[in-house]
Amino acid sequence: MLEIGLEHYLTLAGILFTMGVFGIFLNRKNVIVILMSIELMLLAVNINFVTFSSYLQDLTGQVFTMFTLTVAAAEAAIGLAILVVFFRNKGSIAVEDISGMKG
Amino acid sequence: MIDFNLIPLLPEIFLALVAMGLLIVGVGRGNEATNTVAWFSVFALAIAMIVMLGLNWDEHVVLSGMFKFDRFIGFTKLLILVGSIGALSLSVRFIKQMDMGRFEYPILVLMATIGMLLMVSANNMLALYMGLELQSLSLYVLAAFRRNSIKSAEAGIKYFVLGALSSGMLLFGISLIYGFTGSIDFTLIADTLGNLDFMPFGVIFGLVFVLAGMAFKISAAPFHMWTPDVYQGAPTSVTALFAMVPKVAAIALLIRLLYEPFGSLEEQWQQIIYFVSLLSMVVGAFAAIAQDNIKRLMAYSSIGHMGYALIGVVVASEAGISAVMLYMLIYLLMTAGVFAILMSMQRNQVSLEKISDLSGLSQNSPVLAYSMAVLMLSMAGIPPMAGFFGKLFIFQAAVEAKFYILAVLGVLASVVSAYYYLRIIKVMFFDAAVDPYDAHIPFARRVVLLISVIFVLAFILKPTLIVASAQGAAAVLFTG
Repeated sequence: MLEIGLEHYLTLAGILFTMGVFGIFLNRKNVIVILMSIELMLLAVNINFVTFSSYLQDLTGQVFTMFTLTVAAAEAAIGLAILVVFFRNKGSIAVEDISGMKG
Repeated sequence: MIDFNLIPLLPEIFLALVAMGLLIVGVGRGNEATNTVAWFSVFALAIAMIVMLGLNWDEHVVLSGMFKFDRFIGFTKLLILVGSIGALSLSVRFIKQMDMGRFEYPILVLMATIGMLLMVSANNMLALYMGLELQSLSLYVLAAFRRNSIKSAEAGIKYFVLGALSSGMLLFGISLIYGFTGSIDFTLIADTLGNLDFMPFGVIFGLVFVLAGMAFKISAAPFHMWTPDVYQGAPTSVTALFAMVPKVAAIALLIRLLYEPFGSLEEQWQQIIYFVSLLSMVVGAFAAIAQDNIKRLMAYSSIGHMGYALIGVVVASEAGISAVMLYMLIYLLMTAGVFAILMSMQRNQVSLEKISDLSGLSQNSPVLAYSMAVLMLSMAGIPPMAGFFGKLFIFQAAVEAKFYILAVLGVLASVVSAYYYLRIIKVMFFDAAVDPYDAHIPFARRVVLLISVIFVLAFILKPTLIVASAQGAAAVLFTG
């Protein structure tokens, strides 16, 4: 019988975090997907915190998770608001259209 | 022991109350109140500064180890408040002219300032993260503040995405450090790490993630890619704020992280910061040469300046840290002056951003041209301007600590960067004159420019006063 231990949770969080980072850089379609990737990264961090919190028998990690969740919500709100401003000006939220400045 | 002493937090509490009060005033009276709200914010920042000067500057740790105040933090906070006052007073008329005079602007600047004050005082990873996010979230909105400009919105998106990525990396690092040391308190982390016989891989991994996140915030290469676009796209008054204040806060926080919780990992972080510093200087020197937009040029110039400042962090000596703090002070005041001039580059109420728009400035408005020349020479590090002394102390500290390669490359990079600073002077003084700018320059902008130029010129007359306070600030990191 396979025992699910600390390393499994950490690996899962590591994979999710990496997927989030790659989602930001490899995505060529839509800014909404980038927002989802950011959310994925933050949730991976939360898995880390909760895992360590349970492993160390220490509540700090779970408290930290609550704060992270709150900040993630605020961050998503601001990200979407900025995206709406961009859409009003440009009429598109495709990643390839966000390239007015280069050099 | 429960320590519920709130005295060291007085400036932050005061500013938070003022920000919320002004928000209510703004909601009640709408955008007519913008001027009142803005000047009241400047006034509140000045009061917070006076309150902070009246505090006890010896080391204090309050709120169960969450919040710390000492000479180093106090010195940094003074810089932050001075920078915010400067940036906000530069903005008041500008946001009206640019048709974005909404009352939220000064309140967002206040919020960002509170975030920065809290993050440099953090003595706990949670406090650090919350302060950093308060700052970042306010700044994302400010970057996109000019709603009807596509460039400003684009700057907002780019800053938001890369800023959120960097916060995520920072947070991932914090979670690993929490897991491997069992604590998020700076003092406890330092104790745990100091007593280990070998470094667990997870801690080093976490340290790298935290440093990557911080490097994003100070826009050091290779995490600088957002800087040119955001500086160019954001409204000039916001760019001025970005260039001046968050850098000071982030570099002070970086120093505190490296010397307090991660003091025993010096060998590991020295290599990382060494590389980041070197790369920033090179990117700052070479990438700026090809720019024709002056805000973009200032972005690369600021990347380069962060590279020089990081030399002082690498050397890990008291002289190095006091040189960094002095460098940040000089950098902040120089940048304020430069942006006061950039904001005055307008014809028929339209802002100009090309370097070629400066051509023949010495004939149209000699005062602006000579001020800009002084500031550019100072940025390039040419004596007797203040910028020279900033670099001198940094390189001196590097040579004392036997970092010869870094010092030599730093000098070479500043020679290369002198090219583009001198090019601006050449364009202003030797190119054919074009139409003059709008003549009216608001009073606040003149005052900021005057202070900046006087500081840059007069620093050589009495440097000991400022140098001594920077040394006093740096000393506390090494006595404990």
